[in-house]
Amino acid sequence: MMKTLPRLLSPVALALPLAATAAPMEINIAYVGFEPDHGPVLSNILPEPADAGLKGAELGINDNNTTGRFLKQHYTLHSISTEQPGEVLPAARQLYDQGVRLFVLNLTSEQLHAVERELPDDVVLINSGSQDNALRTEQCIPGMLHTMPSRAMLTDALAQWLASKRWNRWLIIEGNLAEDRLYAESLERSAKRMGAKIIERKQWDYNTDLRRTAQKELPPFTQADEYDVVVVADERGDFGEYVPYNTWYPRPVVGTQGMTPVTWHRVVEAWGAAQLQSRFEKLADRWMNSHDYASWAGVRTLGEAVTQTRSTDPAVLKNFILSDKFQLGAFKGRKLNYRDWSGQLRQPIPLVHPRALVSQSPQEGYLHPKTDLDTLGFDTSESQCSVKGDA
Amino acid sequence: MFKPPFLKSLLITALLASPAAQAATAYVSNEKDNTLSVIDLNTLEVTKTIEVGERPRGIALSKDNTKLYICASDSDTVQVMDLATHKIIANLPSGEDPEQFSLHPDNRRLYISNEDDALVTVVDTESHEVLAQIEVGVEPEGMAVSPDGKWAVNTSETTSMLHWIDTETHELVDNTLVDQRPRHVEFTKTGDILWASSEIGGTVSVINVADREIIKKLTFKIRGVHPDKVQPVGVKLSADGKYAFVALGPSNHVAVVDAKTYEVLEYLLVGRRVWHMEFTPDQKYLLTTNGVSGDVSVIDVADLKVIKSIKVGRYPWGVVTLE
Repeated sequence: MMKTLPRLLSPVALALPLAATAAPMEINIAYVGFEPDHGPVLSNILPEPADAGLKGAELGINDNNTTGRFLKQHYTLHSISTEQPGEVLPAARQLYDQGVRLFVLNLTSEQLHAVERELPDDVVLINSGSQDNALRTEQCIPGMLHTMPSRAMLTDALAQWLASKRWNRWLIIEGNLAEDRLYAESLERSAKRMGAKIIERKQWDYNTDLRRTAQKELPPFTQADEYDVVVVADERGDFGEYVPYNTWYPRPVVGTQGMTPVTWHRVVEAWGAAQLQSRFEKLADRWMNSHDYASWAGVRTLGEAVTQTRSTDPAVLKNFILSDKFQLGAFKGRKLNYRDWSGQLRQPIPLVHPRALVSQSPQEGYLHPKTDLDTLGFDTSESQCSVKGDA
Repeated sequence: MFKPPFLKSLLITALLASPAAQAATAYVSNEKDNTLSVIDLNTLEVTKTIEVGERPRGIALSKDNTKLYICASDSDTVQVMDLATHKIIANLPSGEDPEQFSLHPDNRRLYISNEDDALVTVVDTESHEVLAQIEVGVEPEGMAVSPDGKWAVNTSETTSMLHWIDTETHELVDNTLVDQRPRHVEFTKTGDILWASSEIGGTVSVINVADREIIKKLTFKIRGVHPDKVQPVGVKLSADGKYAFVALGPSNHVAVVDAKTYEVLEYLLVGRRVWHMEFTPDQKYLLTTNGVSGDVSVIDVADLKVIKSIKVGRYPWGVVTLE
C-alpha cells in the first residue's frame, strides 16, 4: 500500500500536470449496490424497486454537477448494481484499480467489511445500505462513514414518540429472520432507554397464508396481557403488513409496519423536501425511498467536501467530513453532520404511515449536552469506534 | 417617519375618522390557500381575500405601485394583477415553478427563480417576452437586483451559492459560496453591500458588492431554542440605515441587527415559522409572514415591540405594502 502518496495515485493527478490551471477538476465516485433477491414474501403486491439506492446516487451526481459547473468541477458516477454476492468484491477492486477512490456502498454488513479489507487505505467509504447496529458499536469498520441510519436510530426515534404519547406497554411480534431478531433486539434496547415495558415477545410461525386468514389468525396471535401498542419486527414485510386492524385489542401497530420510522419517504415534503422529491421523480419515475436517500446523501457528502476543500485527496476529504466545519443541507429541517466516533450521519428520523408524515424524532424534550440528534442511536460512550482516529 | 408613541393612537383615530384618508395596504400571499389577503394598514385588519393561481409565493409591486406580480408556482406562471380592480390581467411566461423574483429599476425586466429547473428566467413585463434564461445552481430561490440595476443576484439553495448575473449581458459572471441553503438576498439602498441569509447554515453573510467577498458572517443565539432551529430566511433593511431585521424561521423570532456594527441587538418573538417581511410605507411597522401559525405579526420599529398579530390564510409566504 502506498499510503504516503495517495494524491499521486488519483486519476486527477495522473491526467493533469500538478500545477493544473483552468481545466476542470474531475471527481470520480463509485456506487456499488447489492440488490439481493429477497425470496418469496406473502405481501408481494407492492414490490421494492430494483434500483433502490442507484437512482439516489445518480441524483446526487446531478446535484453535484449543477454546483460543480460554477467551480469547474466535474463529477462522474461509476455504478455497479448486482444481485450476485460474488460480484461485489471484484467490482469494488476493479473500480479502485481504475483510479476511483470515493465509494458509496449500498451493501450488507458482511460485504462492507469485505470491501474495506480488499481495498487499500487511500479511499473514502460510505455505507448507504446497512443499518447494522454492530457497525456503530463493536464491529466498527476502520474509517467508514454511514449515511444510512442504524436500526437503533430508527427504534429510538419510534420509542421517543411512543414515550411522548405515554404508550409504554409494548407487545413485540417478530419474524424468524436474522434481521428481524436484530430489529427486535434494537427495540428492546430502545424500550429500556425510554422506560417502556415489553409485555411479551412473540415470533410468527409462518404456518398460514395470511392473505386469506389474517382476520382469523392474528387476533389470537396478538392476545396477551393488555398493551398500548403492537410493535412489529418484520423487515422483509412478510406477515407484518397484515397486522394493523387485526390485533386482539384495538391498538395501533408500529415498527416495520403500520407507523414506521424511516430514513426517507415520499410523504416528507417540508423543509424544501418537495423539491428533492420532484427532482427525484423526474429522474427515476418513481418515489424516493430510504436507500435512495442514503445514497444521495453519500454522493452529496463527497460533493460538499470537494466543494469546500477544493481537493479530491481521500484523506483531506475524510478529515473535513468529520470536522465541525462540515454541514450538509439534506431536506430534514436542519444541517446534518457526522459523529466523529462512529462515522454515523446524524439525522432526524421521520415517522410515517403510507399516506402521511406522523411526526419526526428527536421528540421535543429529549435533550443532549451536544445535540439532541445524539439522543438517537449510539453515543460516544456506547461505541468503541474511532473513525476519526482511523482517518 | 418616526412619531412619539402617544401620537400614534391619535393618528390612527384621526385616520379612521376621516373618510378621505387613503388607506395604506398590505398584500400577503397564502401558499396553501391559493389566495392573497389584503390588510388595511390603518386598522391592521384583513379587508379582503382574493383568489389567485396555485401555490402563490413571491409577490412584488411594479415601480409605480399599479400592478402586483405573483409567483403562482404550481401554475408555472407569474400572474399580473391590476391593483385598481384586483383582476389578473396577464400571465407572464415565467418558466417552470417560479418561486421568487425581483424587478429591475427599469420597471420592465423581471428576474425570476425557477426552483425546479435550476434556471433564472428574465421576462419583459411589457412585451411578455422571455429575454433570457440563465443556468444557475440547484433550487434557485432568492433574487435581488442592485439599486443601480447592474447586478441580478440569485441564491441557489442546494448549491449554496450566490450567482452574480450581469444584467447587460445576462451572463453569470461570478459566484460566492456561502453557508448551506441560501434563501434571500437584499441590497442596501446604496447598493454597495449585499445581505444574504443561509437557512440551514444558520448564518447571514454580509458581502462587499465591489469584490463579491464576504466581509462579515452573523450568527444568532436565542435562549431556549436549539441552534439548529435558528434558520435565517428573510432580511429587511430599514430605510434610515439603522437596522437589519432577520426572520429566523422555526425559531419563531426576528433578530434586530445594528446595520452598521452588525451586532445583534434583540430577538423579537413573532408567530410560528417566520419567513418574509416588509415595512409599511411610513417605515413605522414591519410585517412578518408566519407560515405555521397562519398569521402576520406587526412589529413597531421605533419601540422594537410586537404589537399585534393578524390572522390571514394558510401558510402566508410573501408580503408587500403600498400607500
